[in-house]
Amino acid sequence: MEFPLTQLDRAPASDVTTPGRGRTLDRVFGGASYGAGLLVLGVLALILLSTTWEALPAFQHSGFDFIFGQRWAPNNPDLPLFGTLTFLYGTAVSSLLALLIAVPVSIGIALFLTELAPRWLRVPAVTVIDLLAAVPSVVFGLVGILVIAPAALPLYQWIHDLVVNVPVLGSVFGPAVNGNTFATAGVILAVMVIPIITSISREVFDTVPVADKQAAYALGATRWEMIKGAVFPHSFAGLVGAAMLGLGRAMGETIAVTLVIGGSTQIAANLFASGNSMAAVIAQQWGEASGLHTSALIGIGVVLFAMTVLVNYSARVIVRRAEIRMKGATA
Amino acid sequence: MPTRSVKSPSVDSEVTTMTTPEKAPSRTVRPTAGLGSAATSVSAPGEPVMDLSDVSVFYGDFEAVRGVSLPIRHNQITAMIGPSGCGKSTVLRSLNRMNDLVAGARVSGSITYHGQDIYAPNVDPIQVRRHIGMVFQKANPFPKSIYDNVAYGPRLNGVKRRAELDDIVEEALTGAALWDEVKDKMKTSGLALSGGQQQRLCIARAIAVKPEVILMDEPCSALDPIATSKVEELMFRLAEDYTIVIVTHNMQQAARVSHYTAFFTAEVDDAGVRHGRLVEFDDTEKIFTNPAEQRTEDYITGRFG
Repeated sequence: MEFPLTQLDRAPASDVTTPGRGRTLDRVFGGASYGAGLLVLGVLALILLSTTWEALPAFQHSGFDFIFGQRWAPNNPDLPLFGTLTFLYGTAVSSLLALLIAVPVSIGIALFLTELAPRWLRVPAVTVIDLLAAVPSVVFGLVGILVIAPAALPLYQWIHDLVVNVPVLGSVFGPAVNGNTFATAGVILAVMVIPIITSISREVFDTVPVADKQAAYALGATRWEMIKGAVFPHSFAGLVGAAMLGLGRAMGETIAVTLVIGGSTQIAANLFASGNSMAAVIAQQWGEASGLHTSALIGIGVVLFAMTVLVNYSARVIVRRAEIRMKGATA
Repeated sequence: MPTRSVKSPSVDSEVTTMTTPEKAPSRTVRPTAGLGSAATSVSAPGEPVMDLSDVSVFYGDFEAVRGVSLPIRHNQITAMIGPSGCGKSTVLRSLNRMNDLVAGARVSGSITYHGQDIYAPNVDPIQVRRHIGMVFQKANPFPKSIYDNVAYGPRLNGVKRRAELDDIVEEALTGAALWDEVKDKMKTSGLALSGGQQQRLCIARAIAVKPEVILMDEPCSALDPIATSKVEELMFRLAEDYTIVIVTHNMQQAARVSHYTAFFTAEVDDAGVRHGRLVEFDDTEKIFTNPAEQRTEDYITGRFG
């Protein structure tokens, strides 16, 4: 049957080579988003370059001791010393401790919200957790120093007394002098990163195919067995990503840690000892610093930045390997 | 049909296992451990294993299927056919309580398994699903190795010894006609297999827990004709040991593989609401050559649906 279309209605064949209406707009939009993408890279490069430039005098002054040296004596009259290992240690310990606490709790909350909670409870619970992320970090710091630290001291002492004669635990949970410790910093940081890890884990769990959950149930799995067999294998990569974002946040957190970590310069295996973190040192000393000291503080920032990049990169490698293992070479 | 039977302990012990969910060790009582043990079956082929009596399935206030009664016969393949929205998948999913996972789903009437009402309050749906397995429309292997996919169910049943697991996995994969293709790559991800292989892996996973009944929800609808014919051949062989219920959109498939066919359709009642109804249940041969109902004939000859 002839399609009822006259020659008048039909566009001439030559039309295909002449530009259409949307073309200019397409180009403008394409160019704009391309530019936005480049801008991010540009800003990142600029930050890295300018801070490294500012920190260069301190790097040159200390050499490898800047990272591996333990003595931080910026006001030493003859030879100022800028060894940041103690701060590196403080940052690592407090943020890893935070992760150790926050990851299981967050995964638990996320599982509850996606798999267990009755529908009416989900929205309010999510709102409350998101609100937690909106609390300014100085408030967490104040709660930490005014409430948690004094309350935790007897607990720390009790734990220490409990394990004092156990070989390794005895030094990890060593004597506590006051409440401003690595442990307190870790707890505060954990509370601060729980919202972000929870919210990402929740989204990750939501992407688990219903078909996989049904397959587990159809084999007679209980809810927990279903979660273990269907939800976790699917979510591993996403959960690592969530934890890494949390770790990044914890490593960079400044004011709350400054308030509760105690501010002493030492590397102690004791979680109940005071210490200092990289971000906290910058905040504490920036005001009174000048010259080489300022340069060294900026240098700490550069090292912290490099550490976060390294952590993120390693996480990507882990995720990639896990994905290949689980989805097969074709994926 | 061959009448070889290597299934199941006695009916009594099965029903007891099901109805006493509080006794945790009952899990390991399942014949999983007894792969190859030659317990004689109590049901002769053709005897009903399950029985549906006036079954209606509701989602909230909506009655999706109304008044279905039919038997599921031992070591036979029962096909459910009918146009979209006739409720055949809904009925299938009510047979092992998969509908429990849908909020607001409810079943009235009675569905019995060896005489035990599977919706009775003292029945544990998890135990029901260990006896009545399921294969889905879209192959859904877990993102794990081929071995771990098949071993998943037996591990749930408490099988831990490696040698025993190895045997179960090999037997299940052999049973699903997949062993020769995958025996050298047990550690490869199940998702790296082709679509047809994935579906057979899912069948292997289902039979690894030695269910008595296997429900198949359009198992071939996502497969090409060659993979489809492999799965169909497999169904024939599985029917020697298992009772199979298959939902299919493909009438030729129902005619080829099944012994019994249930034809469903959607009806509009006086209130203007659509419900799925069972129109006719009979020997497949009768349904496809000399159906009792005009609507069945219209459907299978392509005049409707």
